[in-house]
Amino acid sequence: MNAQTLFPEVQQREMSFAEAIRDAMAIALERDPTVILMGEDIGVYGGAFQVTGDLIERFGADRVIDTPISELGGAGVAVGAALTGLKPIFEFQFSDFAALAMEQIVNQAAKLRYMLGGEAAVPVVFRMPSGSGTGAAAQHSQSFEAWFGHVPGLKVVQPSTPADAKGLLLAALEDPDPVIIFEHKLLYKMKGPVPLGHYTTPIGKAAVVREGSAVTIVASAIMVHRALEAAAELAKEGIEAEVIDLRSVRPIDRATIIASVRKTGKLVCVYEGVRTLGVGAEISALIAESEAFDYLDAPIQRLGGAEAPIPYNPDLERAAVPQTPDILSVVRRLVRGEV
Amino acid sequence: MVENQKNIPFAFRHFTPEALRRALRKMHLIRLFEEGAEESYMRGLIHGTMHLSIGQEASAVASCMELTDADKITSTHRGHGHCIAKGADVGRMFAEFFGKETGYCHGRGGSMHIADVKTGNLGANGIVGGGLPIAVGAALTARRLGRDDVTVCFFGDGANNEGAFHEALNMAAIWKLPVIFVCENNRYGMSTPATYATAVKNIADRAVAYAMPGITVDGNDFSAVAEAMHTAVARARAGEGPSLIESLTYRWRGHSKSDRNRYRSKDEIEDWMSRDPIMRFRTDLIAHGVLDAAGAEAIEAEAKAAVAAGIDFARESPSPAITDVTKFVHAEAAA
Repeated sequence: MNAQTLFPEVQQREMSFAEAIRDAMAIALERDPTVILMGEDIGVYGGAFQVTGDLIERFGADRVIDTPISELGGAGVAVGAALTGLKPIFEFQFSDFAALAMEQIVNQAAKLRYMLGGEAAVPVVFRMPSGSGTGAAAQHSQSFEAWFGHVPGLKVVQPSTPADAKGLLLAALEDPDPVIIFEHKLLYKMKGPVPLGHYTTPIGKAAVVREGSAVTIVASAIMVHRALEAAAELAKEGIEAEVIDLRSVRPIDRATIIASVRKTGKLVCVYEGVRTLGVGAEISALIAESEAFDYLDAPIQRLGGAEAPIPYNPDLERAAVPQTPDILSVVRRLVRGEV
Repeated sequence: MVENQKNIPFAFRHFTPEALRRALRKMHLIRLFEEGAEESYMRGLIHGTMHLSIGQEASAVASCMELTDADKITSTHRGHGHCIAKGADVGRMFAEFFGKETGYCHGRGGSMHIADVKTGNLGANGIVGGGLPIAVGAALTARRLGRDDVTVCFFGDGANNEGAFHEALNMAAIWKLPVIFVCENNRYGMSTPATYATAVKNIADRAVAYAMPGITVDGNDFSAVAEAMHTAVARARAGEGPSLIESLTYRWRGHSKSDRNRYRSKDEIEDWMSRDPIMRFRTDLIAHGVLDAAGAEAIEAEAKAAVAAGIDFARESPSPAITDVTKFVHAEAAA
């Protein structure tokens, strides 16, 4: 027996974030006849962000279903289909449009299992292109993960890499409950190694993507990349930052975050959603309530979105969400004991 | 003979005497169940609120006559009748209302979320219009899995002005899905008259906008509802698409337990009560020789006994454990 058979090399290929999601959907459609895709312009158009691409040609219009511009109704059809035996993947063209479908997501999908005493399941996946940076202004740029993270019955994930985008989508499909996936639009073209074939990335597990001892930076979605960029810069200054990719907003991985803060004694949360009552508030609170509190040697810092809608002007738009220099600045001040 | 047959209402030509007797039993069961629930509420055995469908029994039962357990229904906040019509057990329903672990939803749902997935009842709904898109989704499943099940989507006149109604009817129509939309128009959305709230004269007129057949029937006429449903179910099973049936009826009780009936007159309520759909059906059954007065009394007595037994079952059933407050939020982790 050689090493090759004991540890078969996982075959992987360079793919963009969008291609990785498409790969996951193609695998799911092939493996499971109950999987269907639904959404606006996901057919011949290929999706507003070209995520579904050519899937309609490969799997047909019976399984790659263009919906009318009907977010509430479309989401509800997906919920009803999930309730009766299908596994729909419903794409919102922009996560902002999910506001039109809150009723079906929050009042129905999230609660049906509970309201019916465990006698029903709603294994639906909602995909939500999200975030700012595209110049699309206030109604096409929001980050709603904290909204949905507040609802028991939902699971909410935010991949930051192509490999996790695929693995979390395949995990979401195996999950018997509704899962919402926030896909940052600026990540769609980002490339990275993606294992071939079927695999899952566990929901509810954060990833330590850079180890360090001076400060813990918990970041989500595109903020992971800004945190890593900042960490590389900080390393040159002798500051070793640990970067955690949150990946899952609900359930949140308390253990990984607590262990890191116990080690570093400092915490910075970086997220794109509005700072107040956002994901960072929950992370801060879970540290304040845990044994890691005694290990803190500086106040927790939150970097989140501005208390404003996302503006159109590009300079204002950049200023409305955390950027790499913001992370650098807060970490430097924290390490110098200036906060 | 053929000429004579024409004068016999649909139900008496189409259903066996046994099926018609079962229908009468279900109507009585619905009425007595709701009266029992109301009394239990007054006595403090049921908390919260409830929405009674007393006066609407014919519509619920006639709508479910040709459905099997494989066929689905989605229901409303006024859904007790649909639940019983679809085949639920009144003991487990009472247990749910009493908040007991033996209830259909293990005490987590109550009146507004009563469901029985095993008999195809996907549940009542606390949100007006909430079930409409879900029904279309259930029909999409039947299509995708190659089954000939249909979904009956119950909703009230109030829901016909919700966006979900319009989105759901449109999608069911463009995809020709096997859904029967049954609007039980009981004239009021809480206190607001349907005639005030709705731009069209008949809610069934809205079917035109979604290119499906629309029909308005006397919802207290068992045979008229059953006939309209028969046509719509056949159309759905044949893959020809959805239909909209508006069933005109009336709730004798207020919207919920807090209603003081300020928006309608005593005369109006008494007028409708004098035309009780159950007694009307019963009289027709006797007139067509399906049963005699004694037979009808026996059916009612049997329903009464079932309701009494159901209340006893509910009272004696255990409550959920306090420690199980988060149970059923998600699927149980595999052991």
